[in-house]
Amino acid sequence: MQRSLIRQFYRDMLLARQFEEAAAEQYRQGRIAGFLHLYPGEEAVAVGTLRAADPGDYVVSTYREHVHAMVRGIPPEAVMAELFGRAGGCSRGYGGSMHLFSPEHRFLGGYAIVGETFPVATGVGYWLRMTDSADAVLCYFGDGAVNQGTFHESLNMASLWKLPILFVCENNHYQIGTEIHRHSALAEVHRRACAYGMLGRRVDGMDVLAVYEASREALAQVRSGAGPFLLECETYRYRGHSMADPASYRSAIEVEELRARDPLASLWRKAEAAGWMTADERRAIEAEVTAAVDGAVAFAEQSPPPTELQAGVYARPLDLYRGAP
Amino acid sequence: MSQRRRRSGNLGVIAPAEPAPELRLWEALNLALDREMAQDDAVFVLGEDVGLYGGSYRVTQGLWARYGEWRVRDTPISEGSFTGLGVGAALVGGRPVVEIMTVNFALLALDAIINMAAKLRYMSGNRLAVPLVVRMPGGVAHQLGAQHSQRLEHCFVNVPGLRVLAPGTPQDAYWQLRQAIRDEDPIVVLEHELLYFESGPFDEQAAPPPMHAAVVRRPGRDFTLIAWHRMVQVCLEAADRLAADGIEAEVVDLRSLRPIDLPLLRESVGRTHRALVVEEDCLFGGAGAEIAAALTEAAFFDLEGPIRRVAGADVPTPYNGELEAASIPDAAAVVAAVRAALEQAGPGA
Repeated sequence: MQRSLIRQFYRDMLLARQFEEAAAEQYRQGRIAGFLHLYPGEEAVAVGTLRAADPGDYVVSTYREHVHAMVRGIPPEAVMAELFGRAGGCSRGYGGSMHLFSPEHRFLGGYAIVGETFPVATGVGYWLRMTDSADAVLCYFGDGAVNQGTFHESLNMASLWKLPILFVCENNHYQIGTEIHRHSALAEVHRRACAYGMLGRRVDGMDVLAVYEASREALAQVRSGAGPFLLECETYRYRGHSMADPASYRSAIEVEELRARDPLASLWRKAEAAGWMTADERRAIEAEVTAAVDGAVAFAEQSPPPTELQAGVYARPLDLYRGAP
Repeated sequence: MSQRRRRSGNLGVIAPAEPAPELRLWEALNLALDREMAQDDAVFVLGEDVGLYGGSYRVTQGLWARYGEWRVRDTPISEGSFTGLGVGAALVGGRPVVEIMTVNFALLALDAIINMAAKLRYMSGNRLAVPLVVRMPGGVAHQLGAQHSQRLEHCFVNVPGLRVLAPGTPQDAYWQLRQAIRDEDPIVVLEHELLYFESGPFDEQAAPPPMHAAVVRRPGRDFTLIAWHRMVQVCLEAADRLAADGIEAEVVDLRSLRPIDLPLLRESVGRTHRALVVEEDCLFGGAGAEIAAALTEAAFFDLEGPIRRVAGADVPTPYNGELEAASIPDAAAVVAAVRAALEQAGPGA
């Protein structure tokens, strides 16, 4: 594997980790409000899948999507400013943490109702197939989403019409506080693919190299016209579901066991042993990432608030009591 | 993504070059879809049985053969997801027209309509557009039972980001659907099950009113009756009966429920000084309540009495035919409400 790609993975995951920890600190200081769902522990999934994608591919993600947005190229400044609710945010302060959008990055959200990403991605995939496009869609969801009706409805349609969609399950084993064996009769999410006549597999979601290789193979399938693919990435979130969740439903031992498989630390161990990355290179990346996160917070602090309450409810301003212009 | 191609000079494919002077409402909708699909390759329709079958109310008849399965898509019974599919396609360049077989099934698609379609432009800071049309018939038909006889205007008129149309004639159905498909906002087009096979005058060359304009169906000096869909016919029948007694009622077809054409209502009430809102949906919390309140605020000092409402009974629709008829307004109820209002004349009358 290319050394530059390894360093890219490390940088992406370190930025993800530090950005999210900075967001948590800003939340504690009261600069970020609302719900805040953080990604530490799951970095290998977004980085491995999205680095395997092409620039023309579309991304449809959940409410835990800061990292997906940044890996797709949305600047950390624009993501942090959105968390602050400022005009410099990628949704201009109208969306918030759960609703990041950037059409020029083909980043279509940011959906905060569990299960919504399936039909949106299916619609994008339908349009790509209808227009004979070579692009694909990456659709993210957690293990908690697979019991919503939209999962079954959308995977059925996507497979029926052979739509170019990579369904990525970020299986962190918890729907908020309910462990997967308490919410799913079949805890191996990838096995559900066979119910819709599509391909599926499970990969170690703590190993960015494994996720990347599996994603490349799956995307090649998807682009070949063979239809959608269900990639289950087994991962773990170190924090609670959101900042409001103390995660009292699981043991400290469980968290420590998973932390021992930390995607950043394990990538560094492999990279060092294989000679892919030196300690000096690692320190340089750390310095660069720290500066980027500090810069994102500084940008967000200085970004002005949005001021137009009515902008963007409709394509043009609409007076609800004056139907005829 | 391929560029959206606009064609021209290919309009006369399905209908005769000189459309008949009368069309049934389903035929007008069918012609509107055909015109827009011929003109813009981004327009496609999807829903249950819209393709090979031709649509439960024949609205998509012939389109599958003409445009193929990708642009006229038979879907599984998955309202929530195929409506959401429309949202996703609209985000990236498509102009989907989703048909939900009846408004009752749209309850399964409210997340796609209210949580996604209506909010994505705003939540994205005005960076995304959702040019989506969702069509659906509703209303009380003939003894279909409580789950197939709903009027759900109230579910949609309160949602920022949506536009809501209620065409009741073939001419309006044709133009309002074409206008909706060309619009950049998500639009819910409410149709009425009993109107699809009604015929009405049709002139494709006549200039269409603006999409949300109300229209006066019958002028009158004494009383303004405000309605939409089939209740316009009920009001016209009531106006005939009232005319026999020398009471001239003006009948306004609202045509749009979000936004509403308040200036036209205001002007009418400025002449008649009295108004009644007639709706098939249930009384409590219905669209008629908003119309009555807005018009009262706008025209209070022109009014000689409160604006009243005649609406559906606040009950699930009963199966029994006589009870069913009793659950929605008829001409007799409208006549009685007008007479009662006139008898309660205020000091100025």
